[in-house]
Amino acid sequence: MIDQLYQDIILDHYKHPHGRGLRDEFAGEAHHVNPTCGDEITIRVASDLSDISYDGQGCSISQASASVLFELLKGRTADEAGVIHEKFVELMQSRGTIEPDEDVLGDGIAFAGVAKYPARVKCALLPWMAFKDAAARAGVSVNPEVSA
Amino acid sequence: MSLDVVRVRGDFPILSREINGHPLVYLDSANTSQKPRQVLEAMQDHLERHNGNVSRSVHTLGTESTEAYEGARAKVAAFIGATNPDEVVFTKNSTEAINLVAWTAGQFLALGPGDEIVVSEMEHHSNLVPWQLLCERTGATLRWFGVTDEGRLDLTALADVVNERTKLVSVVHMSNILGTINDPSPIVARAREVGALVMLDCSQSVPHFSVDVAELGVDFIAFTGHKMLGPTGIGVLWGKAALLDRMPPFLAGGSTIETVTMGGTTFAPPPARFEGGTPPITAAIGLGAAVDYLKAVGMDAVHRHEQEITAYALKALADVEGVRIFGPASPEGRGGTVSFGVDGVHPHDVGQILDDLGVEVRVGHHCARPVCTRFGVPAMTRASFYLYTTTDEIDALARGLEQVRRVFA
Repeated sequence: MIDQLYQDIILDHYKHPHGRGLRDEFAGEAHHVNPTCGDEITIRVASDLSDISYDGQGCSISQASASVLFELLKGRTADEAGVIHEKFVELMQSRGTIEPDEDVLGDGIAFAGVAKYPARVKCALLPWMAFKDAAARAGVSVNPEVSA
Repeated sequence: MSLDVVRVRGDFPILSREINGHPLVYLDSANTSQKPRQVLEAMQDHLERHNGNVSRSVHTLGTESTEAYEGARAKVAAFIGATNPDEVVFTKNSTEAINLVAWTAGQFLALGPGDEIVVSEMEHHSNLVPWQLLCERTGATLRWFGVTDEGRLDLTALADVVNERTKLVSVVHMSNILGTINDPSPIVARAREVGALVMLDCSQSVPHFSVDVAELGVDFIAFTGHKMLGPTGIGVLWGKAALLDRMPPFLAGGSTIETVTMGGTTFAPPPARFEGGTPPITAAIGLGAAVDYLKAVGMDAVHRHEQEITAYALKALADVEGVRIFGPASPEGRGGTVSFGVDGVHPHDVGQILDDLGVEVRVGHHCARPVCTRFGVPAMTRASFYLYTTTDEIDALARGLEQVRRVFA
C-alpha cells in the first residue's frame, strides 16, 4: 500500500520540482500553512495564468503536489484551470474511490494513492488551496466552490 | 529491583496487536502512553460496581465514589512526595493545570507593567502560550532562557533573566522534544533570592522517574495522567498549600463554593475551589491505579530501563547514515525521548514509511515550534520510550529508517 503513496512520479516531482522559486511577475499571492505539521507554501499567480511560481517547505506529498500543480495549471485558461482544480480536489476527497482521468490530471493521477491516507490529503491539497486564494487575488476565478 | 520487560508487556493488551501486517512497535509514549490491564480494570470495576457522584451524595455509591476519588488524590500526592493530599488539584490535563496558575496569577500576584514572567525556549506550547496571554492581559513582560547547541537550557544569563522584577518562573522539567532533563536547582535558588515563584512542567518527568516536590523545592508542578499509564482527561496541578489558599477560583461553579447567595459567593478551600463541576471521577481512579502500577514496578527500575533503552537507541540511530540527532547525544541528563532528522526526507514521510512497517513515531513540531526554529528545521521525527520498550523495537526503528532511505534514495 505504501508504494501507492510514494509513487515514482511523486518522488520525482519532490526531488526535481518543476517551476519552483518565486518570480517577480505576478498579480496575486497567497501563503498557506498547515499548522499541525508546519508545511507551508507561497504561490504567485499571473493574471492570465501565464506563470505560476511558488516556494515552500514540507513533506514530499505537499511539495510534489505544488510541482504537479505548476505543470497542470500554468498557461491554462481560467476555465480549464477551474476544471482541473475541481477534478484534483475531487480525487483527493474520494478516499480512493475515484479512478482519475489522466487526460485531465496528467501526473496528478499519482495522487490517487494519497487519497487513501486521510492524514495526508491535507498535504496534497495545501498548494491547491493556496493557488485558489492567489488566483482570486489575481482576479482569476477558478471556482466552483471547494472545501479542503 | 530490575524490570522484567516481558512480564510488563504482558500487562498491556494493545502491545500484542499488529499494524499493517507487522507487530506494533509503539515508540510514541511521550505523546500518550499505553494502558495496562490493571488500569482498565480499575475503571471498569468502578463503573460497574461503585458509580455515583462525588462529594455531594449521602448514599452508599456516592460515598464509595468519593472515597475512591479522594483515595486517588492521596495516591498521587504520595507518588510525588507531597505530604498533604489537598495540595493535589485534579484538572483535565497539564495544559489546564498551567492555565489555572496563569489565569489566576494576574490577580494573586497583582501583576502589572514592570513585572516579569520567565519561561524558556524549550517549552511545550502549553507552558508558553498561557504565559504570553498573561503578559498581554497584565502588561507584564515575558522573558526566557535560550537553548544551547547541545539542547541544554542556557542559564549563563540566569542572574539577569531572573531578577527583582521576576514574579514567576515556569520551565519544563524534561523536554518533550529534546529529551533534556533540566536541573531546576539553580533556577530555584535564584528565584528564592529575588522572591519569585517557580513552576515546573513535569508532564514528561513524573511518568518516567521519581519526582519529589519537597526535594525540588518548587511552588507548582503540572503533569498529566495519560502519559503515565492512566487515561486521558485527568491531569494534576500540585501547589504549595499556602499558595493555593491565596489563589482565586479559575473555573467556578458547583463544588468550588462555600456559601452562595444572590448577592455573592464565598469559596471552598483548595482543592475543591479549583475543581468546578463533576470531576473526571473514573479517570482519576484510573490514574490512581496507574500510580499503583508504577509504584509496584518501581520508578527507579523504570528509569534504569529507559536509560538502557535510550543509550541503545542513541547508538542505533547514530549508526544510520544521514540521521542527525537533536538534543543531548549521550544518555546523561536526558530521558527516553529522542528526536532526529533524516537527511533529505521530511519527517512526515519518515513517519509514514515507519508506520507502514508497524513502527509508530511522532512527527511534526511536537507543540514546541520554537525548538524546531532554534535548530533550523520545520519539523522533527521523535521516538519516545517507556517501561515496555525493548531493544528489539529500537532495532525495528533502525531497520525502518534504512527503508526510509531506500524509498527516498
